[in-house]
Amino acid sequence: MKPNLNVPDERGYYGAYGGRFVPETIVPALDELTDAYGEFKDDPVFQSELMHLHHTYTGRPTPISFAKRLTDHLGGAQIYLKREDLAHSGAHKINNALGQALLAKRMGKKRIIAETGAGQHGVGTATACAYLGLQCVIYMGSVDIARQKPNVLRMKLLGAEVRPVESGSKTLKDAINEAMRDWVTNVRDTFYLLGSALGPHPYPQMVRDFQSIIGQEARRQILDRTGSLPDALVACVGGGSNAIGLFHAFREDENVRLIGVEAGGEGIESGRHAARFAGDAKARPGILHGTRSYVLQNEDGQIVETHSISAGLDYPSVGPEHAFLRDLGRTEYTWATDSEVLDAFQLLCRLEGIIPALESAHAIAEVMKLAPALSKDAIILANLSGRGDKDLDTVFKALGDAI
Amino acid sequence: MSGLQLVNETFSNAKKRARLMPYFPVGYPDLAMSINVMEAIARAGADAIEVGVPFSDPLADGPTIQAATQIALENGTTLRICIKAVEELRQRGVTIPLILMSYVNPIMAYGLEAFVSDATQAGTSGFIVPDLPADEADEFQKLTEKYGAAFAHFLAPTSNESRIKLAASRARGFIYLISVTGVTGERDIVPADLKEFVQRVRRVASQPLAVGFGIGTPEKARAIGEIADGVIIGSRYISLVKEGGLDAVVKFTRDVRESLEK
Repeated sequence: MKPNLNVPDERGYYGAYGGRFVPETIVPALDELTDAYGEFKDDPVFQSELMHLHHTYTGRPTPISFAKRLTDHLGGAQIYLKREDLAHSGAHKINNALGQALLAKRMGKKRIIAETGAGQHGVGTATACAYLGLQCVIYMGSVDIARQKPNVLRMKLLGAEVRPVESGSKTLKDAINEAMRDWVTNVRDTFYLLGSALGPHPYPQMVRDFQSIIGQEARRQILDRTGSLPDALVACVGGGSNAIGLFHAFREDENVRLIGVEAGGEGIESGRHAARFAGDAKARPGILHGTRSYVLQNEDGQIVETHSISAGLDYPSVGPEHAFLRDLGRTEYTWATDSEVLDAFQLLCRLEGIIPALESAHAIAEVMKLAPALSKDAIILANLSGRGDKDLDTVFKALGDAI
Repeated sequence: MSGLQLVNETFSNAKKRARLMPYFPVGYPDLAMSINVMEAIARAGADAIEVGVPFSDPLADGPTIQAATQIALENGTTLRICIKAVEELRQRGVTIPLILMSYVNPIMAYGLEAFVSDATQAGTSGFIVPDLPADEADEFQKLTEKYGAAFAHFLAPTSNESRIKLAASRARGFIYLISVTGVTGERDIVPADLKEFVQRVRRVASQPLAVGFGIGTPEKARAIGEIADGVIIGSRYISLVKEGGLDAVVKFTRDVRESLEK
């Protein structure tokens, strides 16, 4: 029997994953959000307002580009890139930020809070708040602030207050903790604009829905360009919003492989990575940030610190829908190490004239392995989820004189 | 006597005084001291103790408990060790209810039934799980009932009628009322809407109501004791241990007890 891929159920479950494991204080706020989202999700006025914004402000639809020189260089499958790096503010994050900010405005909430890792969601949120006239507070780990400076400056210029988070590993995980603490405190007038397809219900669903425009466009575009569906989709997976956004429109296309690429860091054996699906004994189903999913944790259920050269993938859990699709075998997950990612980053710069975000370079690293193994009439569609200007410091530090 | 019976008895004998229920995390500032602190709290007249299990991502906690539980983790404190701490307190003759308070992930990693079984066997009277709201707690609820333990659900000032009804239908032993929207940590004033909140819950729930979050002085404990059945104090105890050690803990506990008698 074909599994039912129309998830979540009304309690926010994706099979055994999902749910809402949060302090009681914010349960009523999640109820309110679920109701409001349910109302606006199918409201043609809301949808057309959002689409109008995407057309006139975000710059959608973003194109797909045929990566001719990369295809020739790798000598296998034809490679297409979905160009989310061309969306306003430089990444797919704006799709969700605008959607939720518009919803917040409809709900009468005037104060927006958000977490950010690489800063792309923070920039997207600050952008949406500036455009819609909403107050904006962004929580960001101090480690991430140091390695994503340009995005910190962008957020400030856009009128957001950036609050450094010094607790725990001082990265994305801790920024989410701090944003949730703010929400618990200011829940009555504050909207938590969560940036990935994770957290308590309805966030994984809502973020996926706002990001699914990526796959809807891409499916149409690749059919127009090539007359057929791709053989494989490739996208990086931190929380997993760009990947689920690309995959969603293709979920019933059984012949399209859906491949997610996690952060392999310094390699799985090193223990310094953020790959939840790579078979590391530390990755087991657990509960973090309000949702049940795969979580990197020690034997005692304490969340472990992760590592990735890309701040946006440096996260110990993953969206519940990915865990669900993975258990069904509908999606596949692999990983790319920091050094593979740096190679992919440079290759895309030189062969295609595109500077990718280090997150997106994980997808390219997988394309470099996958394309040569496929025939020349096969098609790979990779999601270029963001641009890499923010990462130049990190890359220069890692490569030094080798550039 | 089961853990639930012990909790019920603690609240039932009809002295008109709110119960003092301090929270303290196992492993802070180290394991031995944390057990000594809890023993001293019990001997100084507390009515129950919330035995805190440290977690790496305590999103309902403010800076004081975050910092203390971080130290506890660095000291190697595990859930297993917390259960042992309960056992040790029982061996030292502590007879008041001991309620284990843990975030849900360490419990899942331990295994739900193994945890409830081991913990109650060690002398745990009940459980508090801040990130396991009643509608996600079916399995845990059944296990606490099977092992005769209390299970305190939370309610917050934001809780509406349906949430209050849900907690009232599920909570065993008492209901934990969060005094303000926010995280744990001392605050100066008694929230203006607390009385109305307590009354709102009382109209629906028959369980004793214990109020926590933000209480750090005998005066504030007394003010809250006038409207609630239990007063939970956490962060203040951590500051006391840091600043004045066991003597300060004992003196403060007696002061609060006295203020609740008045």
